[in-house]
Amino acid sequence: MAEFFGKRWHDMGGDPAGDINHDQHDFALWEKRVDALMVLASSAGLMNTDSLRRVLEDMGEEAYETMTYYERWIASVSQNMVEAGAFSTAELAEKMAQVKTRGATYGDAT
Amino acid sequence: MPHDNHDHGALSPSGHPYRKDDDNELNYWQIMEIAVRELLIEKGHITAAQVHNQINAMDARSPANGAKVVAHAWSDPEFKSALLADAGQASRDMGFDIGPMHLIAIENTESVHNIVVCTLCSCYPRNLLGLPPDWYKSRAYRSRIVIEPRKVLSEFGVEIPQDVQIRVHDSTADMRYIILPAQPAQTMSLSEDELAYWVTRDSMIGVGLPQAPK
Amino acid sequence: MKVRVHNHWPPGHIRTPSYLRGKIGEIEREIGLFNNPEQNAYRLLPQKRHLVRVRFTMEEIWGDAAETPDDVIEAEIYAHWLEPA
Repeated sequence: MAEFFGKRWHDMGGDPAGDINHDQHDFALWEKRVDALMVLASSAGLMNTDSLRRVLEDMGEEAYETMTYYERWIASVSQNMVEAGAFSTAELAEKMAQVKTRGATYGDAT
Repeated sequence: MPHDNHDHGALSPSGHPYRKDDDNELNYWQIMEIAVRELLIEKGHITAAQVHNQINAMDARSPANGAKVVAHAWSDPEFKSALLADAGQASRDMGFDIGPMHLIAIENTESVHNIVVCTLCSCYPRNLLGLPPDWYKSRAYRSRIVIEPRKVLSEFGVEIPQDVQIRVHDSTADMRYIILPAQPAQTMSLSEDELAYWVTRDSMIGVGLPQAPK
Repeated sequence: MKVRVHNHWPPGHIRTPSYLRGKIGEIEREIGLFNNPEQNAYRLLPQKRHLVRVRFTMEEIWGDAAETPDDVIEAEIYAHWLEPA
């Protein structure tokens, strides 16, 4: 592998890549909610498009390859909210633990 | 919230497979979404109604909106000039709520074919056309379209003659792009409403051409 | 007007694609003033920067590897990444 010179993984223009997969999926409710949270948190001044992207980039290539689009987005939104002081990591941990006890499915827990 | 009872082997009304949803096992990131949303609501940063309304607003945006803009530009030369001068304002003037999006319309001509990409992430004119297709966000499209656009276009079924210049527009910063495809010669007698059915999503990204409605 | 994109490789959030760094292009249009993403990304109070669209030939970017040398790429580049060429 060539020595790293500063080109970051998300900066893909011109990289070797395979075939384009044309499969398309409808978005689930939870994904639409993630999208809405990004828009609303931005309108509320808690984050912006660049801060969303910055965390996605810093999450690294493995996250891009192993997580879905909106999984990465909620991770970025969540980190942005902690950075903005909207809530603390302790509050997030407590809330996530509580949500988890509500049921086995997203429908039960939401 | 009640469980969905749909058959997961079936296709949704839009013709796509259903995605894992309410009645699949709750995962870590879904838990995080619920927690973030509830915390932001409890602390007064957003409201549940805003989340609901934002989802509805996004669901209402689709390639059909862009198709109406393109068909209007084909039908009205004055509007076409306005669209090419300021696509955001022209779209708003047609009544579309595109939020704060800065939009540029780029015209395909006999000598130029245009394509849109975002090599750095997934920027897309979502506030007019709705959320981008999955392939637009893929490594394969983002990497290849800037170095071998003609080969990629041929994989989409589009052959561009060598005497037509290709311009690839990389959405690197604050602007979003919609392609104004060339109007097919056989549609010159159609009404604006009929024309809109010829305008495909892919033709507004530049990886397709207008097509006769099926 | 011809411009060259800085051949800089800083870490962190920037919006200048690697494949255009060090390359010479022609200003296609000036777009206006926008928040500097290099500050905005970190929720620092962003300064306004001029943003311009620059047109590059495939030959300039990819050299002999260009699929069709006269095809072009246009991208938005912040003025602080550009110098006269």
